[in-house]
Amino acid sequence: MNKTAATPKIELRGVKKRFGSKVVLDGIDLKLDSGSSLVVIGGSGTGKSVTIKCVLGILRPDSGQILVDGKDVTRIRGREREAMLRKFGMLFQSAALFDSLSVWENVAFGLIQGRGMPRKKARDVAIQKLAKVGLGPEVASLSPAELSGGMQKRVGLARAIAADPEIIFFDEPTTGLDPIMADIINNLIVDTVRDVGATTLSITHDLVSARKIADRIAMLYKGKIIWHGPTKDIDASGNPYVDQFIHGRAEGPIKMEVKA
Amino acid sequence: MNIFAPIGRAFLTLLAQIGGLTMFMVSSVSSCFRPPIYWFHIARQIMRIGYFSLPVVGLTAFFTGGVLALQIYIGGNRYGAEAIVPQIVVLGITRELGPVIAGLMVAGRVAAAIAAEIGTMRVTEQIDALTTLATNPIKYLVVPRLVAAVLTMPILVAIADSIGVFGGYVVSTESLGFSGGIYLKNTVDFVTHQDVTSGLIKAAVFGFIIALMGCYNGFHSKGGAQGVGAATTNAVVSSSILILFANYVLTSVLFSK
Repeated sequence: MNKTAATPKIELRGVKKRFGSKVVLDGIDLKLDSGSSLVVIGGSGTGKSVTIKCVLGILRPDSGQILVDGKDVTRIRGREREAMLRKFGMLFQSAALFDSLSVWENVAFGLIQGRGMPRKKARDVAIQKLAKVGLGPEVASLSPAELSGGMQKRVGLARAIAADPEIIFFDEPTTGLDPIMADIINNLIVDTVRDVGATTLSITHDLVSARKIADRIAMLYKGKIIWHGPTKDIDASGNPYVDQFIHGRAEGPIKMEVKA
Repeated sequence: MNIFAPIGRAFLTLLAQIGGLTMFMVSSVSSCFRPPIYWFHIARQIMRIGYFSLPVVGLTAFFTGGVLALQIYIGGNRYGAEAIVPQIVVLGITRELGPVIAGLMVAGRVAAAIAAEIGTMRVTEQIDALTTLATNPIKYLVVPRLVAAVLTMPILVAIADSIGVFGGYVVSTESLGFSGGIYLKNTVDFVTHQDVTSGLIKAAVFGFIIALMGCYNGFHSKGGAQGVGAATTNAVVSSSILILFANYVLTSVLFSK
């Protein structure tokens, strides 16, 4: 076996994070092979977003290791971290477009600010990427506020893939969209990811979306991964928590916590 | 219930706040000297913080100078010392009222705007998005505002000083019966370099406080619209209080000799 296949793209080892007295992540172990697509499912407030933010370094885990390409990234800072982040693209739940910039400037942001590409060239790349998510050049100079939620998600996706990242994170990619737009976004995710050959980690509570974009699914509950397996096995997981979640039943072992 | 628990909790929260603010300040200031420097954003913030504050600062300075002339005239009159008006006006404006009034006005205008803008970026994940695009949010958002505020506040205050003295001049010559030439001569003869420069040093410090408190509160706002509102209020209140506190400290240091 060669070394690249042996080293997972991302690996989390015993990652713990707490806010005050509330334990959010209670020892997460997770592996993503290069080129794979993992979807983490789980209810609201189970630590899905916190997991992603820990990998990106927006939050610092209290203990445990996060390895990207075999290198521990939990303690790196400054330029080293910026270099690490250039491998990543991320689609935010609310798209998180910069409202002071136009659509193309949003898409080209990482190219211009992060990589020092000249504006004219970056604009061309941005328009190409917008075409990939099904948006014409006429939206390029609009302001993000003029776009609908679904369109904003598309622009967010174009921004996430603009720099051809090795790893893409999707935070609730279909939340707040109508079913048709959700399906369009799912297709775009599958297509664009296939195009750039990226490793992806998505978090969602939308099972339709998870089945469509995932090779493997992991379920997070109370800060722990309680089930992990290929997408096709999810209906026969034999895990009462997973069964309750995927069938959306109010009764079962999972108790909803009121406080975030 | 233990009555000491809430006191202790409040004290610990205060310590955590001071620690957080100090760390934020250190990383912001050190980022000012490390590339990349976003010159375009600095220029834009100079326009927003400095240029667009001119009308409000100018107006308040004019009225402050005017009312100062009136009050000194009334006070001086009791000792037959009305002639002292031009000297005290220029001293009061350049040393105290110019920097403090401009500082408080800009705190209301700019610290609020900075906190609201950065706070909204925080709650809509735009600051996290900056990080994922390999852009340091401190360098991209905080440094331009900090640099712009420190550079423009002394200029704003220099203008406020001139307009304030002019306000005193207008009131004195129009309604208190001063001769314009004598008023100006007394002003120019009396004012010293140190009166003006001490005010400008104060102005730079106030600019730093305003931008820092605006950015810090914006950066740490949470929980949607209400959180951004609270951040805005905190930015204005804390920067105003810190300006008045720093004003006292600076005055006692600058005039200790």
